[in-house]
Amino acid sequence: MPHRLLRFGLSRKHPEPRMFTRHDTLKAAYDVVIIGAGGHGLAAAYYLARDHGIRNVAVLEKGYLGGGNTGRNTTIIRSNYLTPEGVKFYDESLRLWQDLAVDFDLNLFYSARGHYTLAHTDAAMRTMRWRAEVNKHYGVRSEAVDAAFVKRAIPSIDMSCGGHAPILGALFHEPGAIARHDAVAWGYGRGADRRGVEIHQQTEVTGIRLQGGRVAAVETTRGSVATSTVLCAVAGFTPRILGMVGLQTPIYVHPLQAMVSEPVKPWLDPIIVSGSLHVYVSQTARGELVMGASLDPYELHATRPTLDFVEGLASHMLDMFPFLSEVKVNRQWAGLADMTPDFAPIMGVTPVEGFFLDAGWGTWGFKATPVCGKTMSHTVATGRNHPLIEGFTFDRFASYRLTGEKGAASVGH
Amino acid sequence: MKIMVCPLNGPRPVTEFAYGGEIRVSPDPDTCSDAEWSGYVFNRSGAPGVKYEWWCHIASGYWFVALRDTVRDAVIATYSAEAVRSGLPPAEIASSPAGAAPQGAAGSLPGAGGPS
Repeated sequence: MPHRLLRFGLSRKHPEPRMFTRHDTLKAAYDVVIIGAGGHGLAAAYYLARDHGIRNVAVLEKGYLGGGNTGRNTTIIRSNYLTPEGVKFYDESLRLWQDLAVDFDLNLFYSARGHYTLAHTDAAMRTMRWRAEVNKHYGVRSEAVDAAFVKRAIPSIDMSCGGHAPILGALFHEPGAIARHDAVAWGYGRGADRRGVEIHQQTEVTGIRLQGGRVAAVETTRGSVATSTVLCAVAGFTPRILGMVGLQTPIYVHPLQAMVSEPVKPWLDPIIVSGSLHVYVSQTARGELVMGASLDPYELHATRPTLDFVEGLASHMLDMFPFLSEVKVNRQWAGLADMTPDFAPIMGVTPVEGFFLDAGWGTWGFKATPVCGKTMSHTVATGRNHPLIEGFTFDRFASYRLTGEKGAASVGH
Repeated sequence: MKIMVCPLNGPRPVTEFAYGGEIRVSPDPDTCSDAEWSGYVFNRSGAPGVKYEWWCHIASGYWFVALRDTVRDAVIATYSAEAVRSGLPPAEIASSPAGAAPQGAAGSLPGAGGPS
């Protein structure tokens, strides 16, 4: 009824509460200020409030909630990494994903599809067997499978990939899944909001004031707030925030692009990744193909997409699935990936007292959202690095203890 | 398509070039501290800005220097590698309208000292 709808719209009382409370002003002081209202920042806020009882928290976001890499990734969740540090960390994340929708009372469209990392060379097969063994050792369900297995699972794939990159086998990771990325940010945001955390969008951090080598206040476009603890979770903007506290890291920023096709009827159940062809693809519940490739080849701090990317990725897609030649690309976009030299994140305490970092998430951050929230909230609450992030510490570069995570996606190894 | 002016080959599509990273000055390995050395090995100036970078024209294997704005993705000027030895002007000055050398300007340049 249009009349009732109008009355409902004009009424001040709405039966359905909004996702988040709107706060018109910042408080003068917070126990913890989290910079960045993406999945990682909101997850940390959620677990700080839920598990550690720290509720006087502000999450500051210069744009809108979940509008950075949380809303720009290709939503693949997996734990078939190569290093023990990586496997343990991402597997804990995968476990957390399982109950997240119940925790939030929100449908995350979490869909376990099975994840195939295709091998087109003997060397790649060897790496797949290596990853499978490391995974199995830590109780992660991964298996090196042969070409016939791949063909059975994905009947529509061209096993010769256009004749120049024949598929020899794959690493099959059964728990591999996709999820609705926006809902992850909203779920964590609403959970944190209900526990007293304040989320401030359109609030840019312009400076961080230090006093005697420790954090004293955060300057924003809406005024300054006193705090002794800051958690920085800003993906591609990390170097700018680090400049405010005078820290240097190996992080460098390249754009990572992705694109999505028009919706087609369901035909692709598993998630397919090919390192040699620089493709990863899955089909959403709506039928669109979500596709990504490798990092842009040079440093850039802008999210402009390029035609080169679409042409390259489309051509590799057609190598695998020639029948898609009539399917149109609907949209393309880019996010800013903060890369590290060992493809592992930089997390935990820093030389600046009270300043905590959750960065270097390059092309592998979405799947880690829950475990990052868990471990970073623990680190912020106790002031000591959580045991699961000890391979990812800020000081590992000064002592040459790199982690060497070669299971990362969309990067050449 | 983006065009970059190679000091040797003139204007070419940017896909013909490979990025070689920002020009950085090595500390003296004999005298610097361990922290300075690991900082040089790993740390990068990750923040956006106007930077001098190494680029290579792949087809001819020719390495040269480009001054590029990493926010706008605009190449401001390119220089032959010899210009690094004779000294490049500070990035801020070279990128200002008055100080900008035309793309492809090669050879001797005013100003002493390497890029900061």
